[in-house]
Amino acid sequence: MKTSTDSSRRDFLRATALGGGALVVSFFVPGAHRLAQAAAEPAAASVAPNAFLRIGADDRITVLLAHSEMGQGIWTALPMLIAEELDADWSRISVEHAPAAPDYFAQGMPMQFTGGSMSTWTEFERYRQAGATARALLIQAAAKQLGVKATACRTENGSVIAGDKRVRYGELVGIAAKLTAPKTVALKDPKDWKLIGKPTRRLDTPEKIDGSAKFGMDVQFEGLLTAVVARAPVFGGSVASFDASAAKQIPGVRDVVQVPSGIAVVADHFWAAKRGRDALRIEWNLGPNAGLDSASLREEFSKYAASEGTVASQAGDATAALSKAAKRIEAEYAVPYLAHAPMEPLNCTVKIDKDLCEVWTGTQFQTLEQATAARITGLKPEQVKIYTMFLGGGFGRRATPTSDFVSEAVEVAKAAGKPVKTVWTREDDIRGGYYRPAFVHKVEVGLDEAGQPVAWQHRIVGQSIIGGTPFAAMMIKNGIDATSVEGVADSPYVKDIADHRVDLHSPETGVPVLWLRSVGHSHTGFVMESLIDELAHAAGKDPLAFRQGLLSKHARHLGVLNLAAEKAGWGTPLPAGRARGIAVHESFASYAAQVAEISIENGAIRVHRVTCAIDCGIAVNPAGIAAQMESGVVFGLSAALFGKIEFKEGRVQESNYHDYRVLRMNQMPQIDVHIVPSTDKPGGIGEVGVPPIAAALANAVFALTGQRQRELPLRATS
Amino acid sequence: MISLTINGKTQQFDVPDDMPLLWVIRDIAGLTGTKFGCGMAQCGACTVHIDGAPLRACVMPVGAAAGKSITTIEGLSADASHPVQRAWAELDVVQCGYCQSGQIMSAVALLKAKPAPTDADIDAALSGNICRCGTYQRVRAAVHRAAELAKGSGQT
Repeated sequence: MKTSTDSSRRDFLRATALGGGALVVSFFVPGAHRLAQAAAEPAAASVAPNAFLRIGADDRITVLLAHSEMGQGIWTALPMLIAEELDADWSRISVEHAPAAPDYFAQGMPMQFTGGSMSTWTEFERYRQAGATARALLIQAAAKQLGVKATACRTENGSVIAGDKRVRYGELVGIAAKLTAPKTVALKDPKDWKLIGKPTRRLDTPEKIDGSAKFGMDVQFEGLLTAVVARAPVFGGSVASFDASAAKQIPGVRDVVQVPSGIAVVADHFWAAKRGRDALRIEWNLGPNAGLDSASLREEFSKYAASEGTVASQAGDATAALSKAAKRIEAEYAVPYLAHAPMEPLNCTVKIDKDLCEVWTGTQFQTLEQATAARITGLKPEQVKIYTMFLGGGFGRRATPTSDFVSEAVEVAKAAGKPVKTVWTREDDIRGGYYRPAFVHKVEVGLDEAGQPVAWQHRIVGQSIIGGTPFAAMMIKNGIDATSVEGVADSPYVKDIADHRVDLHSPETGVPVLWLRSVGHSHTGFVMESLIDELAHAAGKDPLAFRQGLLSKHARHLGVLNLAAEKAGWGTPLPAGRARGIAVHESFASYAAQVAEISIENGAIRVHRVTCAIDCGIAVNPAGIAAQMESGVVFGLSAALFGKIEFKEGRVQESNYHDYRVLRMNQMPQIDVHIVPSTDKPGGIGEVGVPPIAAALANAVFALTGQRQRELPLRATS
Repeated sequence: MISLTINGKTQQFDVPDDMPLLWVIRDIAGLTGTKFGCGMAQCGACTVHIDGAPLRACVMPVGAAAGKSITTIEGLSADASHPVQRAWAELDVVQCGYCQSGQIMSAVALLKAKPAPTDADIDAALSGNICRCGTYQRVRAAVHRAAELAKGSGQT
């Protein structure tokens, strides 16, 4: 039981507002008004029944998010879980990112993070319990205040009601602060849900339409300087020597410091820092990756694909079954490196004091950033405060196991001896590595006389994302990085074949790699669903009917497949010059199917319409789910139509949105989303819309042109 | 010293002429609603109005804006009551939100020029505003909705 007078997290918040950083905090720092208010509140002006919410005497319910809002909508979905069980007045809900603290570790994990499309489903129990136990506490308090039995009380829209008496939650804060909330209570029967399952508007809209929402980039306070860092032009390069004399002549430049990642120019504002960086003269030791070249890497990967790799999944004897098959299909697929390119370039603000390090940033990995800042500053992790700002997109880029952009910012602030916001330019972001790794898939499928697959041999070649990270012990088993083979090794198409083999090569290249939205599924969805289309064509069958046959025992795959096909009018005539493609893929414990309708205009693929069906179990916020499906489709279309990072002489060739193109308004298809009604436990949402779209698109291109494209991005064609 | 009128308030700024307007607005004037996304007029996150016209502040030297009237997202309305903001709220457009100031400023300028825009008008006016979250479908719907709201209220 925590109250505002306990030695608790709230006291920390108050101490922050009142302590050495008081002026700072109340001056500019986002959330400051809330902190300042907290400091001004009299004792017991609020009660915190648990780590996930506070109830204010003003009836305001403040929900603390254990995960980061990066557009995926948990700023709304997680409060819905609490408000549902608390019978809260939805109009009185406020939301804050939680501090970095063990209370907010992901369940069963020793860290606080946002990823794997896990926020809503992994918090489905915990956040509902948080609301339900708070409600039980308020009922106890009301019973005491009203002199009735707790069993005589019910709750509704922010009040406890007993007979003709009604008391608002805010009026119970004083009494509730002296009581102890139960640890667990029974949750509502789903039939009684008022919020869960109802399309609910986002709670972060007001501040995101008037410019007041604070992202990491927007942190400003008196005395804060801005740094731009010159990093090696080749991954793994280092500074041989540098001359900062010209940089120091730029008005506004305050300091030039060397940090492990390069040379930082520290200035009064971004523009001076950027000009200062442009004026640096640096000799680099390029290191071992100076010859990095995309064409050579591709050749190297194809060579790997010719030899057996480490087995990821195996049954029967795929080789023997292939040799006996009536027909064999062989195909090699390839996808390039991809940059996340979130709209908000990476940035991190750091202020180091004698016994406190404060970090303001948009991160998906609070615990790792905290540990990293502690290591660099020599402080204890609990002396590092992480203030999670709104993330201007994440897509995995703000979840680096190496804490790359946070560790650099801490190094810069430490070297400068002043509070510094380190800001990346767009070019820094596109060229800064941590890409979705390139992959080559080499597949041989044996078909029987009827065209059904009877043997499947699938070789995957691509860098391990997990290797060398703190997650390796947990996520690499028997030499297999699960994220390299997900979507193939566990594919129902593959597992249903008695004789199959999936193996893996994980070469090292020197390119820093990272998870990108939908991780392994970002390539395996494309490969598997393109291949199935190839098999359907080889069997002379309709792509939908062929899938229906193969997936007959997989009800949830079939459910979304049929729904998407029906809603898209699969099989109905299209205007001349148009064609459809279909794909279905399971990821993150949810199922998505998509139908893309395309034409070719002026040699470019034009996507007119995408019909998406999603089965994510219980749909907590259908409005958010529809938005995430649209979002996943757009993200996947950007990759399928344009996305590639290439290397030449060690240098990344792309640099900004003109040559690392993403989908724009004039290329946007109509997207229709259909949610399968379900009482299954919730699955993921944020990444699930991405995997099928590239294959749906490629299959439509095949249907239209007869050309099977096995590489992304898809080529312009005629 | 350069004189700028930002959201109706005239201020003097001691900055070099070639400093992009974006950084004057953000780092000197402290108005952070206008965003940095690309630095080369590719993404539209920095869109502001200069004498009513939508321009990319990241590539506009502040000297070129001297004496002109600049409107940022913060100056659009005092209480998010502009028809475009109301439409954005009604249709739940935003996701991460980082690009939305720019989307909104582009939409406002479009509706000023064309009170009843077609889809082609929206394509032409908003294709310079990138959204990595992919909110385009709701942006488009909200522009149409804002046109209706503006017609009803007489405000553009």
